[in-house]
Amino acid sequence: MATADIKVHTEAHHDDHGHDHEHHGNFWTNYIFCQDHKVIAKQFLITGMAWALIGGILSVIFRLQLGFPDASLEWLRPVLGGWITPEGKIDSEFYLALVTMHGTIMVFFVLTAGLSGTFSNFLIPLQVGARDMASGFMNMLSYWFFFLSSAFMFTSLFISTGPAGGGWTIYPPLSALPQAIQGSGLGMTLWLISMALFIVSTLLGGINYITTIINMRTQGMSFTRMPLTIWAFFFTAIIGLLSFPVLFGAALLLIFDRSFGTSFFLSDIYIAGEALPNVGGSPILFQHLFWFLGHPEVYIVLLPALGITSEIIATNSRKPIFGYKAMVGSMLFIAILSFVVWAHHMFVTGMNPFLGSIFTLLTLIIAVPSAVKIFNYVTTLWKGNIRFTSAMLFSIGLVSFFLTGGITGLFLGNSAVDIQLHDTYFVVAHFHLVMGSASFFGMIAGIYHWFPKFFGRMMDERLGAVHFWITFVGVYMVFFPMHYIGIAGFPRRYYSWTNFETFSSFADLNMLVSIAAVVTLGAQFIFLFNFFYSIWRGRVAPANPWGSTTLEWTTPRHPGHGNWPGEIPHVYRWPYDYSKPGAKEDYIPQTVPYSETPESNLPHENELVKLEMGNSGAIIPDDKRH
Amino acid sequence: MATGEMKIVEEPKKVLTMHPKKFALWLFMASVLMLFASWTSAYIVRQAEGNWVFFELPVLFYYSTAIIVISSVTMQLGYWAAKRNQFDKVRSLVLATTILGVLFLAGQVMGWAQLVGNSIYFVGNPSGSFVYVITGVHGLHILSAIIFLLVVLNSASKKRIHSGNLAQMEMCTTYWHFLGFLWVYLFIFMLINR
Repeated sequence: MATADIKVHTEAHHDDHGHDHEHHGNFWTNYIFCQDHKVIAKQFLITGMAWALIGGILSVIFRLQLGFPDASLEWLRPVLGGWITPEGKIDSEFYLALVTMHGTIMVFFVLTAGLSGTFSNFLIPLQVGARDMASGFMNMLSYWFFFLSSAFMFTSLFISTGPAGGGWTIYPPLSALPQAIQGSGLGMTLWLISMALFIVSTLLGGINYITTIINMRTQGMSFTRMPLTIWAFFFTAIIGLLSFPVLFGAALLLIFDRSFGTSFFLSDIYIAGEALPNVGGSPILFQHLFWFLGHPEVYIVLLPALGITSEIIATNSRKPIFGYKAMVGSMLFIAILSFVVWAHHMFVTGMNPFLGSIFTLLTLIIAVPSAVKIFNYVTTLWKGNIRFTSAMLFSIGLVSFFLTGGITGLFLGNSAVDIQLHDTYFVVAHFHLVMGSASFFGMIAGIYHWFPKFFGRMMDERLGAVHFWITFVGVYMVFFPMHYIGIAGFPRRYYSWTNFETFSSFADLNMLVSIAAVVTLGAQFIFLFNFFYSIWRGRVAPANPWGSTTLEWTTPRHPGHGNWPGEIPHVYRWPYDYSKPGAKEDYIPQTVPYSETPESNLPHENELVKLEMGNSGAIIPDDKRH
Repeated sequence: MATGEMKIVEEPKKVLTMHPKKFALWLFMASVLMLFASWTSAYIVRQAEGNWVFFELPVLFYYSTAIIVISSVTMQLGYWAAKRNQFDKVRSLVLATTILGVLFLAGQVMGWAQLVGNSIYFVGNPSGSFVYVITGVHGLHILSAIIFLLVVLNSASKKRIHSGNLAQMEMCTTYWHFLGFLWVYLFIFMLINR
């Protein structure tokens, strides 16, 4: 390679794809059937936020029933109509439907589609340096399948028999037999159709995310130079790709059981003394299939939030992330383990105790990579120049929830202890902290942090802080007492406990939880106001408001279709060069070559520059683009 | 920018990539594999619980297995022909694969008729229902591959498939082989675990 391998870019705007001309379409092609990943991300975001609001309101309605069992809810009749009984109470079957829909909406529509859909779509091309996703068309389909799925689920809220009511885990036979509960009729059918469409959407999205990350990275963006967000989305997409087909398989068999009379999950059932014709099915089989998705789903929800916070915490501590490789490794380890722990949801199904202890062991091992992550978050914060932006506050909140919620996982993951705690409010407290609130905080943190890139304006930081503190304290007020309620033996999904004398001593605690839930939901309206106000009236965002190193901040304030007006920037260093000793500023963007920063290079980085120059003559004169 | 200011910088390393669409196809096949893996493991779990009706698989499934194996051979020959720019050969071999694919589907449906003749219905003991679900959903995938084959056949007749433009043909070949192997796996699985 002694020959001149020198490329000279004389043109300032080198158009390498013909992508960077502005697309002037009409309203439909620009905002509705758009193939631009940034618009699709916004579509996911807005739909996800709408669902979050619906899911939150549903939870407050059933919290009213639990906290104030004697209160009259007559005032809800204009909205809920026949679902309020003549005595002014929530109909007990509708209560179950509320719980089911709250779970389904939050887990799938908000924290899977709303979180992964928004941030994977938005950040993957921007942070790996790609013009768009590998297939913009598939990406658009992914959103529209999600929209269709949302439409079915939304419709099911308004039918006369009510939405699905068998719990978000839709265990048969409850979900399979329309005689079991009203919601198992049309509501369940709509649920299954909706989820089938949802799975198609997730797979289309996931295939795109993985392909883009593997194949569309810009020059120099090696795997070890990818931001942790991208690593997180990558693992998330792989988990989804491997686990969602299994849910699809389970749902298809359930559809056959419900509508075609097969007996995959049904056997020996008598209704009003009449035997059903179904023989030979196994309801436990459904649980195995469901939880083979269901457990990885927990990490599908959580990993993107962990990736987002890794990025935010490093940026706002002005320090490199502590243990980059350990962070990637622990995510990989979590992703692998997520597939071999599903039966810890089924300890009380009459499982062989020996098998139970194996699943206990595997489950408890997850504590190791999780602890590594928490340790790395804390050590990144340690002695950093911390800037408490709203995004940072929510990220630190996530670390807190991940810890408190994760610790109770150690108890629940133990097959012996689980006998006492199974299906009590202890479980509810555990997963709402570690998976629900933690992921929700990750999502909110991401919105605050990347809002300038989404809409070119800043959100209000003071309102953000208010939003954070009310939500943070509120979430703990909601879920911390639930641990005690759970240990006392309160079963989840019960409509009313007032019939049990034992439980009346906890009425005040339940009331506190309900009040806190209302306040926490109320605080989200501060966020909504801040969000929508800032889209149009927020302070105009500078190019790189957080002093961040990653590629998305090298794009214009309103990136067009194709993201970078000129050539795609090249990447020369990892994304966490914050407060590097000797450097002029406290961050060095990924696009700055080592040869330009001799003052801060470490010895091995200087070697790298020399090696490049000496070895191949592969030195390219490159016009500086910024 | 246009001042002609030049900077000497180290060249960033190129990243390892492959054809995005081919890669996406492999990912799709992984998810299809997971779907069938879930059903075959469900099959084993359910079988272990007892109350499992034993029956012989239809003889036609043996013939359809032979057909799909032959079709994989014709497809591979077609791919090699495309590499050597033998336009007519590509077209006839893709056509042969398509016809064999349709024959396979016909064989599967007639196999179902044999099952029904044997009093094994879709509705009944799960041992039978599983066979219908597995063969049926595999058949749907074969149908999707036949549509893909027709698209390739169209390109082949317009002489658009040659050594310089192989991606489509390559992807179709990969998908067809995958579904062939998948069927062989499913068939052997059902033979062993009756």
